Amino acid sequence: MSAALSAPGRRLPRSLLLGLVVLGLVLLLAALGPFLAPYDPDAFNMRARLRPPSAAHWFGTDEFGRDVFSRVLAGAHHSLLMGFGATAISLAIGVPLGLIAAFRRGLVEEAIMRGVDLLISLPPVLLGLLILAVTEPGLGKTILAVGLVYVPIMTRIARAVALDLLAEEFVEAARARGEGAFHILAREILPNAWPPLIVETALRVTFAILLGSALSFLGLGPQPPASEWGLMIAESRPFISEAPWIGLAPGLCLCLLLIAVNVVGEGLRDLLDPRLKGRGH
Amino acid sequence: MAGFLARRLASLVFVLWAMTVLVFAVVHLLPGSVAHMILGEYATSAAIAALEERLGLNDPLHLQYWRWFSGLLQGDFGVSLTMDRPAGPVILEALGRSAVLAAISIVLVALAGVALGIHSATHAGSASDRALTLGQYFFIAVPEFFWCILVILFFSVWLGWLPATGYTPLAEGGLLGWAKHLILPVATLVLGLIAHVSRLVRSSMLEALESRYVLAARAKGLPERLVLRRHALPNALMPAITVLAVDVGILIGGIVVVESVFAYPGLGRMLIYAIDNQDLPLMMGGMIVVTAVYALANLAADILYAVVNPRIRVGGAA
Repeated sequence: MSAALSAPGRRLPRSLLLGLVVLGLVLLLAALGPFLAPYDPDAFNMRARLRPPSAAHWFGTDEFGRDVFSRVLAGAHHSLLMGFGATAISLAIGVPLGLIAAFRRGLVEEAIMRGVDLLISLPPVLLGLLILAVTEPGLGKTILAVGLVYVPIMTRIARAVALDLLAEEFVEAARARGEGAFHILAREILPNAWPPLIVETALRVTFAILLGSALSFLGLGPQPPASEWGLMIAESRPFISEAPWIGLAPGLCLCLLLIAVNVVGEGLRDLLDPRLKGRGH
Repeated sequence: MAGFLARRLASLVFVLWAMTVLVFAVVHLLPGSVAHMILGEYATSAAIAALEERLGLNDPLHLQYWRWFSGLLQGDFGVSLTMDRPAGPVILEALGRSAVLAAISIVLVALAGVALGIHSATHAGSASDRALTLGQYFFIAVPEFFWCILVILFFSVWLGWLPATGYTPLAEGGLLGWAKHLILPVATLVLGLIAHVSRLVRSSMLEALESRYVLAARAKGLPERLVLRRHALPNALMPAITVLAVDVGILIGGIVVVESVFAYPGLGRMLIYAIDNQDLPLMMGGMIVVTAVYALANLAADILYAVVNPRIRVGGAA
Protein backbone atom coordinates (compact mmCIF):
# COMPACT_ATOMS: atom_id res chain seq x y z
CA MET A 1 0.00 0.00 0.00
CA SER A 2 2.79 2.40 0.80
CA ALA A 3 3.87 2.00 -2.82
CA ALA A 4 1.01 4.34 -3.70
CA LEU A 5 2.95 7.20 -2.15
CA SER A 6 5.97 6.83 -4.37
CA ALA A 7 4.45 5.27 -7.47
CA PRO A 8 5.63 7.18 -10.54
CA GLY A 9 2.96 8.95 -12.55
CA ARG A 10 0.56 9.22 -9.62
CA ARG A 11 0.16 12.78 -8.49
CA LEU A 12 -0.86 13.85 -5.05
CA PRO A 13 -4.44 15.18 -4.94
CA ARG A 14 -4.62 18.95 -5.02
CA SER A 15 -6.32 19.28 -1.64
CA LEU A 16 -3.67 17.10 0.03
CA LEU A 17 -0.95 19.22 -1.55
CA LEU A 18 -2.61 22.43 -0.37
CA GLY A 19 -3.03 21.04 3.16
CA LEU A 20 0.63 19.97 3.23
CA VAL A 21 1.73 23.43 2.10
CA VAL A 22 -0.32 25.18 4.82
CA LEU A 23 0.86 22.69 7.45
CA GLY A 24 4.46 23.15 6.31
CA LEU A 25 4.03 26.91 6.53
CA VAL A 26 2.74 26.67 10.11
CA LEU A 27 5.64 24.38 11.02
CA LEU A 28 8.08 26.85 9.48
CA LEU A 29 6.51 29.81 11.28
CA ALA A 30 6.53 27.90 14.58
CA ALA A 31 10.23 27.09 14.14
CA LEU A 32 11.22 30.56 12.95
CA GLY A 33 8.70 32.44 15.11
CA PRO A 34 11.17 33.75 17.69
CA PHE A 35 13.37 35.19 14.91
CA LEU A 36 10.54 36.62 12.82
CA ALA A 37 8.55 38.20 15.65
CA PRO A 38 8.82 42.00 15.41
CA TYR A 39 8.33 42.41 19.19
CA ASP A 40 8.97 40.47 22.38
CA PRO A 41 5.71 38.48 22.72
CA ASP A 42 5.56 39.00 26.50
CA ALA A 43 6.72 42.63 26.68
CA PHE A 44 4.16 45.05 28.12
CA ASN A 45 3.73 48.44 26.49
CA MET A 46 1.08 50.35 28.41
CA ARG A 47 1.21 53.30 26.01
CA ALA A 48 0.09 51.09 23.11
CA ARG A 49 -2.85 49.19 24.68
CA LEU A 50 -5.69 47.77 22.54
CA ARG A 51 -4.39 49.27 19.29
CA PRO A 52 -6.20 48.07 16.16
CA PRO A 53 -4.20 46.28 13.44
CA SER A 54 -1.79 48.66 11.67
CA ALA A 55 1.52 48.61 9.83
CA ALA A 56 3.38 48.66 13.14
CA HIS A 57 1.18 45.96 14.72
CA TRP A 58 -0.21 43.66 12.02
CA PHE A 59 -2.71 41.97 14.35
CA GLY A 60 -3.04 44.93 16.76
CA THR A 61 -2.09 44.92 20.43
CA ASP A 62 -3.76 43.43 23.51
CA GLU A 63 -4.77 44.88 26.87
CA PHE A 64 -1.14 45.03 28.02
CA GLY A 65 0.09 46.53 24.75
CA ARG A 66 1.67 43.23 23.72
CA ASP A 67 1.98 42.70 19.96
CA VAL A 68 -0.67 40.12 19.00
CA PHE A 69 1.20 39.07 15.83
CA SER A 70 4.34 38.26 17.81
CA ARG A 71 2.25 36.36 20.36
CA VAL A 72 0.44 34.33 17.67
CA LEU A 73 3.84 33.41 16.19
CA ALA A 74 5.22 32.47 19.59
CA GLY A 75 2.13 30.34 20.30
CA ALA A 76 2.18 28.24 17.12
CA HIS A 77 4.40 25.56 18.62
CA HIS A 78 1.92 24.93 21.47
CA SER A 79 -0.83 23.76 19.14
CA LEU A 80 1.59 21.69 17.07
CA LEU A 81 3.08 20.06 20.15
CA MET A 82 -0.41 19.28 21.46
CA GLY A 83 -1.50 17.74 18.17
CA PHE A 84 1.60 15.76 17.29
CA GLY A 85 2.96 15.20 20.82
CA ALA A 86 -0.31 13.88 22.19
CA THR A 87 -0.84 11.66 19.14
CA ALA A 88 2.72 10.33 19.52
CA ILE A 89 1.99 9.48 23.16
CA SER A 90 -1.22 7.66 22.28
CA LEU A 91 0.64 5.74 19.54
CA ALA A 92 3.57 4.89 21.80
CA ILE A 93 1.30 3.40 24.46
CA GLY A 94 -1.65 2.23 22.40
CA VAL A 95 0.12 0.38 19.59
CA PRO A 96 2.23 -1.93 21.81
CA LEU A 97 -0.83 -2.65 23.97
CA GLY A 98 -2.91 -3.45 20.90
CA LEU A 99 -0.21 -5.70 19.39
CA ILE A 100 0.21 -7.58 22.67
CA ALA A 101 -3.55 -7.99 23.01
CA ALA A 102 -3.72 -9.43 19.50
CA PHE A 103 -0.77 -11.76 19.98
CA ARG A 104 -1.42 -13.04 23.49
CA ARG A 105 -5.05 -14.09 23.33
CA GLY A 106 -6.75 -15.12 26.55
CA LEU A 107 -6.37 -13.37 29.88
CA VAL A 108 -3.91 -10.66 28.77
CA GLU A 109 -6.12 -9.70 25.84
CA GLU A 110 -9.20 -9.76 28.02
CA ALA A 111 -7.60 -7.46 30.63
CA ILE A 112 -6.35 -4.95 28.06
CA MET A 113 -9.53 -4.85 26.03
CA ARG A 114 -11.88 -4.53 29.03
CA GLY A 115 -9.78 -1.57 30.20
CA VAL A 116 -10.07 -0.08 26.72
CA ASP A 117 -13.86 -0.61 26.70
CA LEU A 118 -14.10 1.14 30.05
CA LEU A 119 -12.06 4.19 29.07
CA ILE A 120 -13.83 4.52 25.72
CA SER A 121 -17.16 4.68 27.54
CA LEU A 122 -16.14 8.02 29.07
CA PRO A 123 -16.55 11.26 27.12
CA PRO A 124 -13.04 12.41 26.02
CA VAL A 125 -13.29 15.85 27.61
CA LEU A 126 -14.28 14.31 30.94
CA LEU A 127 -11.24 12.03 30.93
CA GLY A 128 -9.04 15.03 30.15
CA LEU A 129 -10.65 17.09 32.91
CA LEU A 130 -10.21 14.25 35.39
CA ILE A 131 -6.48 13.99 34.63
CA LEU A 132 -5.95 17.76 34.75
CA ALA A 133 -8.31 18.56 37.64
CA VAL A 134 -6.01 17.66 40.47
CA THR A 135 -2.60 18.65 39.10
CA GLU A 136 -0.88 21.95 38.44
CA PRO A 137 -1.70 22.86 34.83
CA GLY A 138 0.96 23.30 32.17
CA LEU A 139 1.75 22.51 28.53
CA GLY A 140 3.33 19.13 29.33
CA LYS A 141 0.38 18.01 31.46
CA THR A 142 -2.11 18.97 28.76
CA ILE A 143 -0.19 17.07 26.09
CA LEU A 144 0.03 14.04 28.36
CA ALA A 145 -3.68 14.21 29.24
CA VAL A 146 -4.77 14.49 25.60
CA GLY A 147 -2.40 11.65 24.68
CA LEU A 148 -3.81 9.40 27.40
CA VAL A 149 -7.38 10.19 26.30
CA TYR A 150 -6.66 8.68 22.87
CA VAL A 151 -4.71 5.61 24.06
CA PRO A 152 -7.80 3.32 24.18
CA ILE A 153 -8.85 4.05 20.60
CA MET A 154 -5.28 3.50 19.33
CA THR A 155 -5.11 0.20 21.22
CA ARG A 156 -8.37 -0.94 19.67
CA ILE A 157 -7.27 -0.06 16.13
CA ALA A 158 -3.79 -1.58 16.52
CA ARG A 159 -5.33 -4.81 17.80
CA ALA A 160 -7.79 -5.03 14.92
CA VAL A 161 -5.03 -4.43 12.37
CA ALA A 162 -2.70 -6.96 14.03
CA LEU A 163 -5.43 -9.62 14.23
CA ASP A 164 -5.86 -9.39 10.45
CA LEU A 165 -2.11 -9.61 9.84
CA LEU A 166 -1.58 -12.53 12.24
CA ALA A 167 -3.61 -14.71 9.89
CA GLU A 168 -1.23 -13.96 6.99
CA GLU A 169 1.17 -16.53 5.60
CA PHE A 170 4.34 -14.57 6.31
CA VAL A 171 3.50 -14.66 10.01
CA GLU A 172 2.96 -18.40 9.79
CA ALA A 173 6.32 -18.70 8.04
CA ALA A 174 8.02 -16.72 10.81
CA ARG A 175 6.39 -18.95 13.39
CA ALA A 176 7.53 -22.04 11.51
CA ARG A 177 11.07 -20.63 11.54
CA GLY A 178 10.74 -20.54 15.30
CA GLU A 179 10.89 -16.76 15.68
CA GLY A 180 9.98 -15.32 19.09
CA ALA A 181 7.00 -13.12 19.93
CA PHE A 182 9.05 -9.93 19.88
CA HIS A 183 10.49 -10.65 16.43
CA ILE A 184 7.06 -11.43 15.00
CA LEU A 185 5.44 -8.31 16.44
CA ALA A 186 8.27 -5.89 15.76
CA ARG A 187 9.61 -7.20 12.43
CA GLU A 188 6.64 -8.88 10.77
CA ILE A 189 3.46 -7.22 12.09
CA LEU A 190 4.50 -3.63 12.81
CA PRO A 191 5.98 -2.75 9.37
CA ASN A 192 2.79 -3.98 7.71
CA ALA A 193 0.50 -2.30 10.22
CA TRP A 194 1.73 1.21 9.41
CA PRO A 195 -0.60 2.27 6.57
CA PRO A 196 -3.86 1.95 8.55
CA LEU A 197 -2.16 3.33 11.66
CA ILE A 198 -0.84 6.36 9.77
CA VAL A 199 -4.35 7.06 8.52
CA GLU A 200 -5.79 6.90 12.02
CA THR A 201 -2.91 8.98 13.41
CA ALA A 202 -3.32 11.70 10.80
CA LEU A 203 -7.03 12.01 11.56
CA ARG A 204 -6.36 11.90 15.31
CA VAL A 205 -4.05 14.94 15.22
CA THR A 206 -7.02 17.22 14.45
CA PHE A 207 -8.93 15.94 17.48
CA ALA A 208 -5.83 16.26 19.67
CA ILE A 209 -5.32 19.91 18.70
CA LEU A 210 -9.03 20.59 19.23
CA LEU A 211 -9.13 18.94 22.66
CA GLY A 212 -5.82 20.44 23.78
CA SER A 213 -6.74 23.98 22.83
CA ALA A 214 -10.23 23.57 24.35
CA LEU A 215 -8.64 22.47 27.64
CA SER A 216 -6.27 25.46 27.44
CA PHE A 217 -9.23 27.70 26.73
CA LEU A 218 -10.82 26.39 29.94
CA GLY A 219 -7.68 27.32 31.87
CA LEU A 220 -6.32 23.77 32.19
CA GLY A 221 -3.40 24.17 29.80
CA PRO A 222 -0.37 26.47 29.64
CA GLN A 223 -0.76 29.34 32.10
CA PRO A 224 -0.43 33.09 31.45
CA PRO A 225 1.59 34.74 30.09
CA ALA A 226 1.93 31.79 27.69
CA SER A 227 0.67 32.62 24.20
CA GLU A 228 -1.17 29.35 23.55
CA TRP A 229 -3.92 30.16 21.04
CA GLY A 230 -6.83 28.73 23.05
CA LEU A 231 -5.66 30.62 26.13
CA MET A 232 -5.25 33.82 24.11
CA ILE A 233 -8.84 33.49 22.88
CA ALA A 234 -10.07 32.94 26.45
CA GLU A 235 -8.14 35.98 27.68
CA SER A 236 -9.54 38.15 24.89
CA ARG A 237 -13.15 37.75 26.06
CA PRO A 238 -13.38 40.85 28.31
CA PHE A 239 -12.19 43.00 25.40
CA ILE A 240 -14.33 41.45 22.70
CA SER A 241 -16.29 44.61 21.92
CA GLU A 242 -13.43 47.14 21.98
CA ALA A 243 -10.61 44.95 20.59
CA PRO A 244 -11.97 41.84 18.81
CA TRP A 245 -8.66 41.32 16.98
CA ILE A 246 -7.01 39.94 20.15
CA GLY A 247 -9.17 36.82 19.93
CA LEU A 248 -9.81 36.74 16.19
CA ALA A 249 -6.13 36.53 15.19
CA PRO A 250 -5.22 33.38 17.15
CA GLY A 251 -8.68 31.90 16.45
CA LEU A 252 -8.38 32.23 12.69
CA CYS A 253 -4.85 30.81 12.79
CA LEU A 254 -6.10 27.85 14.82
CA CYS A 255 -8.91 27.24 12.30
CA LEU A 256 -6.46 27.40 9.41
CA LEU A 257 -4.16 24.89 11.12
CA LEU A 258 -7.07 22.55 11.96
CA ILE A 259 -8.44 22.62 8.41
CA ALA A 260 -4.95 21.97 7.01
CA VAL A 261 -4.33 19.03 9.36
CA ASN A 262 -7.78 17.64 8.60
CA VAL A 263 -7.30 17.94 4.83
CA VAL A 264 -3.90 16.22 5.07
CA GLY A 265 -5.39 13.45 7.23
CA GLU A 266 -8.23 12.78 4.82
CA GLY A 267 -5.93 13.04 1.82
CA LEU A 268 -3.62 10.43 3.35
CA ARG A 269 -6.59 8.19 4.07
CA ASP A 270 -7.83 8.36 0.49
CA LEU A 271 -4.32 7.64 -0.72
CA LEU A 272 -3.50 4.75 1.60
CA ASP A 273 -6.94 3.23 2.11
CA PRO A 274 -9.12 4.01 -0.91
CA ARG A 275 -11.91 1.76 0.39
CA LEU A 276 -12.78 4.40 2.99
CA LYS A 277 -12.92 7.27 0.51
CA GLY A 278 -15.74 9.68 1.20
CA ARG A 279 -16.63 8.19 4.55
CA GLY A 280 -17.16 10.84 7.17
CA HIS A 281 -15.54 9.58 10.34
CA MET B 1 -33.69 -9.01 23.20
CA ALA B 2 -33.96 -9.62 26.95
CA GLY B 3 -30.48 -11.15 27.09
CA PHE B 4 -29.06 -8.29 25.06
CA LEU B 5 -30.67 -5.76 27.39
CA ALA B 6 -29.42 -7.55 30.50
CA ARG B 7 -25.86 -7.66 29.13
CA ARG B 8 -25.89 -3.98 28.26
CA LEU B 9 -27.35 -3.02 31.65
CA ALA B 10 -24.72 -5.08 33.47
CA SER B 11 -21.93 -3.38 31.54
CA LEU B 12 -23.48 0.01 32.30
CA VAL B 13 -23.46 -0.71 36.04
CA PHE B 14 -19.86 -1.91 35.75
CA VAL B 15 -18.76 1.25 33.92
CA LEU B 16 -20.35 3.46 36.57
CA TRP B 17 -18.75 1.53 39.40
CA ALA B 18 -15.36 1.53 37.70
CA MET B 19 -15.68 5.28 37.18
CA THR B 20 -16.22 5.80 40.93
CA VAL B 21 -12.99 3.87 41.57
CA LEU B 22 -11.13 5.82 38.87
CA VAL B 23 -12.31 9.24 40.08
CA PHE B 24 -11.58 8.39 43.69
CA ALA B 25 -8.16 6.97 42.85
CA VAL B 26 -7.11 9.96 40.75
CA VAL B 27 -8.17 12.43 43.44
CA HIS B 28 -6.70 10.58 46.40
CA LEU B 29 -3.67 8.71 45.13
CA LEU B 30 -1.95 11.55 43.32
CA PRO B 31 0.97 13.05 45.20
CA GLY B 32 0.11 15.97 47.45
CA SER B 33 -2.29 16.32 50.31
CA VAL B 34 -5.94 16.90 49.45
CA ALA B 35 -6.34 19.37 52.30
CA HIS B 36 -3.28 21.26 51.13
CA MET B 37 -4.72 21.45 47.64
CA ILE B 38 -8.04 22.79 48.93
CA LEU B 39 -6.61 25.39 51.30
CA GLY B 40 -3.78 26.57 49.05
CA GLU B 41 -0.09 27.10 49.66
CA TYR B 42 -0.42 29.65 52.48
CA ALA B 43 -2.49 27.41 54.77
CA THR B 44 -1.23 26.87 58.30
CA SER B 45 -0.57 23.30 59.34
CA ALA B 46 -3.27 23.66 62.03
CA ALA B 47 -5.85 24.58 59.41
CA ILE B 48 -4.78 21.63 57.27
CA ALA B 49 -5.04 19.26 60.22
CA ALA B 50 -8.49 20.62 61.08
CA LEU B 51 -9.75 20.17 57.52
CA GLU B 52 -8.29 16.66 57.30
CA GLU B 53 -10.15 15.86 60.53
CA ARG B 54 -13.42 17.35 59.22
CA LEU B 55 -13.26 15.51 55.88
CA GLY B 56 -12.04 12.26 57.44
CA LEU B 57 -8.91 12.33 55.31
CA ASN B 58 -6.87 10.48 57.94
CA ASP B 59 -8.99 7.34 57.67
CA PRO B 60 -7.69 4.44 55.58
CA LEU B 61 -8.42 4.93 51.88
CA HIS B 62 -10.80 1.99 51.54
CA LEU B 63 -12.92 3.42 54.39
CA GLN B 64 -12.97 6.82 52.72
CA TYR B 65 -13.94 5.24 49.42
CA TRP B 66 -16.71 3.21 51.03
CA ARG B 67 -18.08 6.27 52.82
CA TRP B 68 -18.24 8.18 49.53
CA PHE B 69 -19.51 5.24 47.45
CA SER B 70 -22.23 4.15 49.90
CA GLY B 71 -23.33 7.79 50.05
CA LEU B 72 -23.58 7.88 46.24
CA LEU B 73 -25.75 4.75 46.29
CA GLN B 74 -28.18 6.56 48.58
CA GLY B 75 -28.10 9.69 46.42
CA ASP B 76 -25.85 11.53 48.90
CA PHE B 77 -23.04 13.34 47.05
CA GLY B 78 -21.51 14.89 50.18
CA VAL B 79 -21.37 18.56 51.07
CA SER B 80 -19.95 21.13 48.68
CA LEU B 81 -16.79 22.64 50.16
CA THR B 82 -17.34 26.11 48.72
CA MET B 83 -21.13 26.50 48.92
CA ASP B 84 -21.83 24.95 52.31
CA ARG B 85 -24.81 23.04 50.94
CA PRO B 86 -25.28 19.42 49.88
CA ALA B 87 -23.66 18.77 46.50
CA GLY B 88 -26.54 16.56 45.29
CA PRO B 89 -29.14 19.30 44.72
CA VAL B 90 -26.50 21.61 43.18
CA ILE B 91 -25.56 18.90 40.68
CA LEU B 92 -29.20 18.05 39.98
CA GLU B 93 -30.19 21.66 39.26
CA ALA B 94 -27.19 22.10 36.97
CA LEU B 95 -27.96 18.80 35.24
CA GLY B 96 -31.51 19.95 34.54
CA ARG B 97 -30.32 23.14 32.85
CA SER B 98 -27.71 21.28 30.81
CA ALA B 99 -30.29 18.68 29.82
CA VAL B 100 -32.42 21.42 28.23
CA LEU B 101 -29.41 22.59 26.22
CA ALA B 102 -28.48 19.03 25.23
CA ALA B 103 -32.01 17.94 24.31
CA ILE B 104 -32.69 20.91 22.03
CA SER B 105 -29.25 20.46 20.43
CA ILE B 106 -29.53 16.73 19.79
CA VAL B 107 -33.01 17.08 18.23
CA LEU B 108 -31.77 19.88 15.98
CA VAL B 109 -28.66 17.90 15.03
CA ALA B 110 -30.68 14.79 14.18
CA LEU B 111 -33.27 16.67 12.11
CA ALA B 112 -30.96 19.07 10.29
CA GLY B 113 -28.12 16.55 9.92
CA VAL B 114 -30.34 13.90 8.32
CA ALA B 115 -32.23 16.39 6.14
CA LEU B 116 -29.05 18.03 4.79
CA GLY B 117 -27.37 14.64 4.32
CA ILE B 118 -30.29 13.32 2.26
CA HIS B 119 -30.41 16.50 0.22
CA SER B 120 -26.67 16.24 -0.54
CA ALA B 121 -26.90 12.56 -1.49
CA THR B 122 -29.93 12.94 -3.74
CA HIS B 123 -28.39 16.02 -5.37
CA ALA B 124 -24.83 14.66 -5.44
CA GLY B 125 -22.50 16.81 -7.51
CA SER B 126 -24.89 19.76 -7.68
CA ALA B 127 -23.91 23.24 -6.61
CA SER B 128 -25.80 22.95 -3.31
CA ASP B 129 -24.11 19.60 -2.55
CA ARG B 130 -20.69 21.07 -3.21
CA ALA B 131 -21.47 24.11 -1.06
CA LEU B 132 -22.62 21.83 1.77
CA THR B 133 -19.50 19.66 1.50
CA LEU B 134 -17.26 22.71 1.65
CA GLY B 135 -19.27 24.02 4.62
CA GLN B 136 -18.88 20.69 6.40
CA TYR B 137 -15.10 20.85 6.16
CA PHE B 138 -15.17 24.29 7.67
CA PHE B 139 -17.72 23.64 10.42
CA ILE B 140 -16.10 20.41 11.61
CA ALA B 141 -12.70 22.06 11.92
CA VAL B 142 -13.65 25.26 13.76
CA PRO B 143 -13.45 24.74 17.54
CA GLU B 144 -16.57 25.42 19.60
CA PHE B 145 -14.87 27.98 21.78
CA PHE B 146 -14.00 30.04 18.72
CA TRP B 147 -17.58 29.81 17.44
CA CYS B 148 -18.66 31.20 20.81
CA ILE B 149 -16.43 34.24 20.29
CA LEU B 150 -17.65 34.71 16.71
CA VAL B 151 -21.39 34.49 17.49
CA ILE B 152 -21.03 36.78 20.53
CA LEU B 153 -19.10 39.27 18.43
CA PHE B 154 -21.66 39.15 15.63
CA PHE B 155 -25.03 38.83 17.36
CA SER B 156 -24.33 40.51 20.71
CA VAL B 157 -21.66 43.11 20.09
CA TRP B 158 -22.32 44.22 16.52
CA LEU B 159 -26.01 43.52 16.00
CA GLY B 160 -27.03 43.70 19.66
CA TRP B 161 -29.83 41.17 19.08
CA LEU B 162 -29.08 38.64 21.81
CA PRO B 163 -27.51 38.68 25.27
CA ALA B 164 -23.91 37.47 25.30
CA THR B 165 -24.04 35.66 28.63
CA GLY B 166 -26.32 34.64 31.47
CA TYR B 167 -29.45 32.65 32.15
CA THR B 168 -33.05 33.58 33.00
CA PRO B 169 -35.27 30.94 34.59
CA LEU B 170 -38.52 30.28 32.71
CA ALA B 171 -40.57 31.43 35.71
CA GLU B 172 -38.87 34.83 35.86
CA GLY B 173 -38.20 35.89 32.29
CA GLY B 174 -41.08 34.15 30.54
CA LEU B 175 -40.60 32.11 27.40
CA LEU B 176 -38.90 34.91 25.48
CA GLY B 177 -36.39 35.83 28.18
CA TRP B 178 -35.56 32.18 28.73
CA ALA B 179 -35.20 31.39 25.04
CA LYS B 180 -33.04 34.48 24.37
CA HIS B 181 -30.29 33.03 26.54
CA LEU B 182 -30.50 29.65 24.85
CA ILE B 183 -30.23 30.64 21.18
CA LEU B 184 -26.50 31.43 20.99
CA PRO B 185 -25.32 28.47 23.14
CA VAL B 186 -27.46 26.02 21.15
CA ALA B 187 -26.36 27.52 17.82
CA THR B 188 -22.72 27.13 18.84
CA LEU B 189 -23.23 23.55 20.00
CA VAL B 190 -25.01 22.26 16.90
CA LEU B 191 -22.96 23.77 14.04
CA GLY B 192 -20.11 21.26 14.09
CA LEU B 193 -22.34 18.31 14.92
CA ILE B 194 -24.81 19.01 12.10
CA ALA B 195 -21.86 19.06 9.72
CA HIS B 196 -20.61 15.75 11.13
CA VAL B 197 -23.97 13.96 10.97
CA SER B 198 -24.96 15.31 7.55
CA ARG B 199 -21.63 14.20 6.15
CA LEU B 200 -22.11 10.67 7.40
CA VAL B 201 -25.73 10.47 6.24
CA ARG B 202 -24.64 11.71 2.81
CA SER B 203 -22.07 8.94 2.37
CA SER B 204 -24.28 6.14 3.74
CA MET B 205 -27.21 7.38 1.65
CA LEU B 206 -25.02 7.40 -1.48
CA GLU B 207 -23.97 3.85 -0.69
CA ALA B 208 -27.60 2.78 -0.25
CA LEU B 209 -28.61 4.45 -3.51
CA GLU B 210 -26.00 2.40 -5.40
CA SER B 211 -27.15 -0.88 -3.83
CA ARG B 212 -28.95 -3.71 -5.57
CA TYR B 213 -32.14 -3.44 -3.54
CA VAL B 214 -32.56 0.17 -4.63
CA LEU B 215 -31.87 -0.90 -8.22
CA ALA B 216 -34.49 -3.62 -7.82
CA ALA B 217 -37.00 -1.18 -6.35
CA ARG B 218 -36.45 1.21 -9.23
CA ALA B 219 -36.63 -1.62 -11.75
CA LYS B 220 -40.06 -2.68 -10.58
CA GLY B 221 -41.21 0.87 -11.29
CA LEU B 222 -41.63 2.30 -7.79
CA PRO B 223 -41.83 6.10 -7.77
CA GLU B 224 -38.50 7.68 -6.73
CA ARG B 225 -40.05 9.13 -3.56
CA LEU B 226 -41.02 5.68 -2.35
CA VAL B 227 -37.65 4.20 -3.31
CA LEU B 228 -35.99 6.81 -1.16
CA ARG B 229 -38.35 6.63 1.78
CA ARG B 230 -38.96 2.91 2.01
CA HIS B 231 -35.73 1.36 0.70
CA ALA B 232 -32.75 3.70 0.81
CA LEU B 233 -33.45 5.80 3.88
CA PRO B 234 -33.96 3.08 6.53
CA ASN B 235 -30.62 1.52 5.60
CA ALA B 236 -28.83 4.83 5.38
CA LEU B 237 -29.98 5.86 8.85
CA MET B 238 -28.36 2.94 10.69
CA PRO B 239 -24.86 4.49 10.79
CA ALA B 240 -26.47 7.80 11.75
CA ILE B 241 -27.74 6.28 14.99
CA THR B 242 -24.23 5.16 15.94
CA VAL B 243 -22.70 8.49 15.06
CA LEU B 244 -25.37 10.34 17.05
CA ALA B 245 -24.32 8.34 20.12
CA VAL B 246 -20.67 9.26 19.50
CA ASP B 247 -21.76 12.84 19.06
CA VAL B 248 -23.34 12.87 22.52
CA GLY B 249 -19.78 12.51 23.82
CA ILE B 250 -18.65 15.44 21.67
CA LEU B 251 -21.77 17.34 22.75
CA ILE B 252 -20.85 16.86 26.42
CA GLY B 253 -17.42 18.32 25.69
CA GLY B 254 -19.04 21.17 23.81
CA ILE B 255 -21.44 21.85 26.66
CA VAL B 256 -18.53 22.26 29.09
CA VAL B 257 -16.99 24.90 26.82
CA VAL B 258 -20.20 26.63 25.76
CA GLU B 259 -21.60 26.89 29.29
CA SER B 260 -18.32 28.39 30.49
CA VAL B 261 -18.29 31.03 27.77
CA PHE B 262 -21.97 31.97 27.94
CA ALA B 263 -22.02 31.80 31.76
CA TYR B 264 -24.88 29.31 31.52
CA PRO B 265 -25.26 27.66 34.96
CA GLY B 266 -25.27 24.04 33.82
CA LEU B 267 -23.30 20.94 34.73
CA GLY B 268 -20.33 21.77 32.50
CA ARG B 269 -19.79 25.18 34.04
CA MET B 270 -20.27 23.63 37.48
CA LEU B 271 -17.51 21.10 36.76
CA ILE B 272 -15.07 23.83 35.73
CA TYR B 273 -16.08 25.85 38.80
CA ALA B 274 -15.50 22.81 41.02
CA ILE B 275 -12.08 22.18 39.44
CA ASP B 276 -11.03 25.84 39.70
CA ASN B 277 -12.09 26.00 43.35
CA GLN B 278 -10.96 22.48 44.27
CA ASP B 279 -14.49 21.62 45.44
CA LEU B 280 -13.88 17.88 45.44
CA PRO B 281 -17.36 16.53 46.36
CA LEU B 282 -18.93 18.70 43.65
CA MET B 283 -16.28 17.69 41.11
CA MET B 284 -16.37 13.96 41.85
CA GLY B 285 -20.18 13.85 41.93
CA GLY B 286 -20.42 15.89 38.73
CA MET B 287 -18.07 13.53 36.90
CA ILE B 288 -20.04 10.47 37.97
CA VAL B 289 -23.29 12.08 36.81
CA VAL B 290 -21.79 13.02 33.41
CA THR B 291 -20.52 9.45 32.97
CA ALA B 292 -23.97 8.11 33.81
CA VAL B 293 -25.65 10.40 31.30
CA TYR B 294 -23.17 9.41 28.57
CA ALA B 295 -23.55 5.70 29.36
CA LEU B 296 -27.35 5.99 29.25
CA ALA B 297 -27.18 7.82 25.91
CA ASN B 298 -25.05 5.01 24.50
CA LEU B 299 -27.45 2.41 25.87
CA ALA B 300 -30.36 4.25 24.24
CA ALA B 301 -28.49 4.27 20.93
CA ASP B 302 -27.74 0.54 21.21
CA ILE B 303 -31.39 -0.27 21.93
CA LEU B 304 -32.56 1.92 19.07
CA TYR B 305 -30.03 0.24 16.79
CA ALA B 306 -31.17 -3.23 17.86
CA VAL B 307 -34.81 -2.30 17.29
CA VAL B 308 -34.06 -1.01 13.79
CA ASN B 309 -31.60 -3.77 12.90
CA PRO B 310 -32.70 -7.28 13.93
CA ARG B 311 -29.36 -8.85 13.02
CA ILE B 312 -27.58 -7.45 16.08
CA ARG B 313 -30.03 -8.95 18.57
CA VAL B 314 -28.81 -12.46 17.87
CA GLY B 315 -25.07 -11.92 17.86
CA GLY B 316 -23.20 -10.48 20.83
CA ALA B 317 -23.18 -6.72 20.91
CA ALA B 318 -19.49 -6.05 20.44
